[in-house]
Amino acid sequence: MSGARIWTLHLALLAALFAMQWVLSPYHATNLARIMVLALFASGYNLAFGYTGLLSLGHALYLAAGMYAGSLPAWHFGLSGGWVLLLGTAGGTAMAALTGLFALRTRGVAFMIVTLMFAQTGHLALLYFRRWTGGDEGFTLPAASRVILGADLSQTGARYMLAFLLFAAGMLLTLALVRSRLGRVMRALRENEERCRMLGYNPFVGKLAVLSLSGAYAGAAGASYALLFGYAGGSFATIQYSILPLLYTLTGGAGTVAGPLFGTGAIFYLSDLAADLTSAWAFVVGLALVVVILFAPQGLLGMVRTRFWRSLP
Amino acid sequence: MKLLEARGLSRHFGGLRAVDGVDFELVPGEIHALIGPNGAGKTTLVSLLSGRLTPDSGQILLAGEDITKLPAHRRVRRGIAYTFQITSVFTELSVLDNVALAVQGGGARIGLFGDRLADTVAAALTRVGLIGHRADLAGALSYGHQRILEVAMGLALNPRLLILDEPTQGLAAGEITGFKTLLRGLVPEMTILLIEHNMDVVMELADRITVLQAGRVLARGTPVEVGANPAVQKAYLGA
Repeated sequence: MSGARIWTLHLALLAALFAMQWVLSPYHATNLARIMVLALFASGYNLAFGYTGLLSLGHALYLAAGMYAGSLPAWHFGLSGGWVLLLGTAGGTAMAALTGLFALRTRGVAFMIVTLMFAQTGHLALLYFRRWTGGDEGFTLPAASRVILGADLSQTGARYMLAFLLFAAGMLLTLALVRSRLGRVMRALRENEERCRMLGYNPFVGKLAVLSLSGAYAGAAGASYALLFGYAGGSFATIQYSILPLLYTLTGGAGTVAGPLFGTGAIFYLSDLAADLTSAWAFVVGLALVVVILFAPQGLLGMVRTRFWRSLP
Repeated sequence: MKLLEARGLSRHFGGLRAVDGVDFELVPGEIHALIGPNGAGKTTLVSLLSGRLTPDSGQILLAGEDITKLPAHRRVRRGIAYTFQITSVFTELSVLDNVALAVQGGGARIGLFGDRLADTVAAALTRVGLIGHRADLAGALSYGHQRILEVAMGLALNPRLLILDEPTQGLAAGEITGFKTLLRGLVPEMTILLIEHNMDVVMELADRITVLQAGRVLARGTPVEVGANPAVQKAYLGA
C-alpha cells in the first residue's frame, strides 16, 4: 500500500471517529471519550510492546504518574487544565525514562518482573503518602481545573473533543513514527537486538527512547482521564491498569497503528455487557484474553494485515 | 600504515584459553583469511576485534586509534562491519528494510532526512543481485540468498573493514563462484577479514593467511608459504 493510501485510510478513520459525536447518545459518546483516552494509553503501550517488543507489566505506573503529576498540583494549588495535561505528559515521560534506566538492563521475563515491581512500588507509595495523594479513595479535581481554553470538560461535547484530539495526535504520531527510519529500527530491535548492535545501533538508547515516548502517551492519557472524568485515585496504579493496555493491544493487533483503538473499544464494551449480566465481569475479560491468544494471536487488525493488506502499518 | 592492529590479545572462558596472546594486523586493501581447526579461537578473535566480546588483556588499534574499550556499535560506526556465521537477517522485515537498516546505521552519507537512503539501498541490492527480491520478506528467501543478504548488509554499512564469518557455508558451488567474484570486486576499496573452512576459496582469494591453533598463532603468510609450512600441514591440513 502506498504512503498516500495509508495516510488517507487512517485520516478517514479519524474523520469517522470525529463524526461519531453527532451520531451517538450522550451515554455512548461519554463511553467513546473514555475509550479514546484508554486507546491513547494502549497506543503508547503498542509502541513499546507491539513495535519494539518490550513486554512491560508496569505501565500502570506511567498512567498514574501522569494522572498525579497533573492532578495533584490542580488539587493542592488549583492549576489550570492546560498545565495538568502538560505536567501529566512530562510526569509519565520522566517516570518511564527513570524506571527504564534500570529495567532496560534486563530483558524478557526479567524485564516483565522489574517493570511489575516498579509499578507495585508506585502503587504502595501512593497509598503510603495518602495525606498528599488521597490514598485509594483519591480525590475529585476542582471544577476550575477542568477547563482548557475556555472549554468546560465536564460537558459531553468538550470532553469528546479533547479525548478525540489527544487520541488523533497520538495515532498520527505513531503512524509517522513507525513509517520512519526510527520505526524500522524499532521493529529490528524487536526481532534481534544483537544484530542491531552490529549494524551500529545502541539497543539500550533506542529502547529507552521508545519506552520514554510510551510513558508520554501513558502520562497524557492519565492526566486527561482525570481532567475528563474529574477524579484521580489509587486504583489507576493497580496491576489491572498494567494488564489492560496489553489486552487492548493484543485484541486490536499488536504492531498495528489503529489496532489499539479497536481493541480498547471491543474490550470496553465486552466488559460493559458482561457487567450487566454478572458480577464476575473480570472473568469474562480474562476468558476473552485466553480466546484471543489461542485463536487470534495477531488480533483484529493483525488478521486484516495477514489476509488482505500485508503492508498495513 | 596498518588498518588494524591487535597486540597480545587474550580472552579466556573459565579455564579455556580461547584466544591466548595473539598479535594480529591487517594492511589496507588486503583479503586476509583466518583459518584453523574447530575450536582454534577464530570466532572469538573476530568477536574481540568487532567488539562483541571484550578482551581480558591486550590492545586493539584501528588506523592507529585505540578502540579496545569501544563498544561494538561504535566500532561499527568507525567502520568495522561484522557478518554473522549463523545467518541472522531480520526475517520479519523486507529485504529492502534489512539493507536500509544497515545503510542508516553505518557510515554512508544519506542526507539529514535520509533523502539519499533509497538510492543507496538500491545500489547495494543491485551490487549483490538481490534487487529483484527487495519487497520479499527476508525470512522467505532461500538459504543462499539469505547468506548473500547478510553480506549485503555488511557492505551497506560502508565499512573500512568487513569481517565475514564463514560466508560460503551451505552455499551451492555456483553461488560460491558468484561470491568470490563479489569479494574480489570489494578490494582494495575495503579490507576483508575472512574466516573460511573452504580451502579452495581461501587459497584463491586470500592475499595473506593467519592460522590459529588452540588460541595461538601457528603460522602466517601468503597462501603458498602457509601451504608449505610443515607445522600447518601437520596440525591442520592433515597431510
